[in-house]
Amino acid sequence: MIQQSKIVIKDLNFFYQKKQVIRDFSLEIPSNEILAVFGPANSGTTTFLRTLNRLCDLIPGARMEGEILLDGKNIFDPDISVTELRRKVGMVFDVPTPLPMSIFDNIAYGPRLGGKKTRASLTDGVEKALRMAALWDEVKDRLNTPALRLSGGQQQRLCIARVLALEPEVILLDRPCSALDPVSTAKIEESLKQLKEQFTIIIAPHNVQQAGRVADNVAFMLMGSLIENGPTGKVFENPQDKRTSDYITGRFG
Amino acid sequence: MLLRNTSLEENEVIMKISSRTAQRIAKTLIWASALFVIVILLAIIIFILIKGVPEISWQFLTEIPRNMGRSGGISSSIVGTLLVTAVAVIIATPFGVGTAFYLTEYTREGKVTRIIRFSAESLSGIPSIVYGLFGFIFFVMYLKLGWSILSGGLTLAVMILPTIIRTSEEAIRTVSYQYREVSFSLGGTKWQTITRAVFPSAVRGIAVGVILGIGRCVAETAAVILTAGSALRMPESIFSPTRTMAEHFYILAREGISMEKAYGTAALLIIIIFIINVVANMLINRYVAKGH
Repeated sequence: MIQQSKIVIKDLNFFYQKKQVIRDFSLEIPSNEILAVFGPANSGTTTFLRTLNRLCDLIPGARMEGEILLDGKNIFDPDISVTELRRKVGMVFDVPTPLPMSIFDNIAYGPRLGGKKTRASLTDGVEKALRMAALWDEVKDRLNTPALRLSGGQQQRLCIARVLALEPEVILLDRPCSALDPVSTAKIEESLKQLKEQFTIIIAPHNVQQAGRVADNVAFMLMGSLIENGPTGKVFENPQDKRTSDYITGRFG
Repeated sequence: MLLRNTSLEENEVIMKISSRTAQRIAKTLIWASALFVIVILLAIIIFILIKGVPEISWQFLTEIPRNMGRSGGISSSIVGTLLVTAVAVIIATPFGVGTAFYLTEYTREGKVTRIIRFSAESLSGIPSIVYGLFGFIFFVMYLKLGWSILSGGLTLAVMILPTIIRTSEEAIRTVSYQYREVSFSLGGTKWQTITRAVFPSAVRGIAVGVILGIGRCVAETAAVILTAGSALRMPESIFSPTRTMAEHFYILAREGISMEKAYGTAALLIIIIFIINVVANMLINRYVAKGH
């Protein structure tokens, strides 16, 4: 496969009021691979993910510098439509967040925002999204029941399906398994490995082990700076920076 | 020295009550207060229903008052009450809910929000007769709307606005921030997020405010007496004067015209408020049922 960079980040700085959360961050993210951005708490991984779909814009007092190029186009350009960007760069949150509506309506939420109105025009997309998230068989008979009745793991797969229904190009996952049991976690990790065939996936794992299990590439962040990045095997077996090896081997974190 | 001793002794006395006894006493007191409230409420409602329900007949519901209300029915008052309330709610709800959304979603905490909130709180503490006076001067005289359903409804709209703003704001604030984030992250605009993710979760709380407002309108006497007039004939339009049920009840009892008819009116008022509450709850449940 020809490797090309889906996302190029150049000298990204992010400030929250006077506090700098991301420092001089530069990275190229290849398409159709899983990148795990990991680091101890407060190292800026969540903020980093949220700059990629500009969800950070919602925070009062947030300020960004630098460039993030998605397919060569800077997402901070004034002519970029933020809503379109967010449909291209979908996000799954750390806590499963089904909206208080039916399973079907949850998945159809994004497509409906985009203007699809009739149920008939949505049905195929909903089924496809649920199948890709490996949830279809469990919910196909109760699409009209409230999504809040699903188990935690199912809810999180629902959230993944909801993002897939947007037909995005990039999927961001912010500690998607931090509230889940090991079996649900394994299911989600399995789906991620299949989804990377079609999407570029960036995950902030909730622990180092998860980064090791799912990621093709990893990026280690500390205090808002990118310390080291590269193919997972290389970084894990032969870290160049002492801080990386200390963190991976559990000496701090 | 002496003082100290006493306080020590007191302490010992308090210490002697075991935590289990304290628990039992607290439980009894809490039960007693709940029981007390229920008994008083039921007593009032039952008393009025016993006195008033026998007065309610087909004639009472369908005829207009005759002989100053000594005989006949109260149909014109029922219609007047419903119209005045409808005008008030139809005007106050969009403004109130709109203000609540402005306060919660469209602006950050600052001077403007503080001024709005302070005004709303001050307004909700003003006695209704003052609203009546304001309505009389502004709507009846200055805008030349006269004593009319419209004047009464507008006055009541101003009166219930703070209630609707406050309860709506409360309801909108309790909607999880995550719903907003999810909606934005799926490419929703602010308006889409508010109407599709926030509003459905807040609607129950907003409705509580509106129902409270309806209750206050139906029950209001002082403010409408000065603005809607006290005509007994059937209103022809919202520009006609009318006499609401609460007002009719007040005049019947106050002037000693007919206590029987007064009780009948009061009983019907209670029944109408009850029906409004039940119907409103059913509507909301049907609307909200999908998600839970």
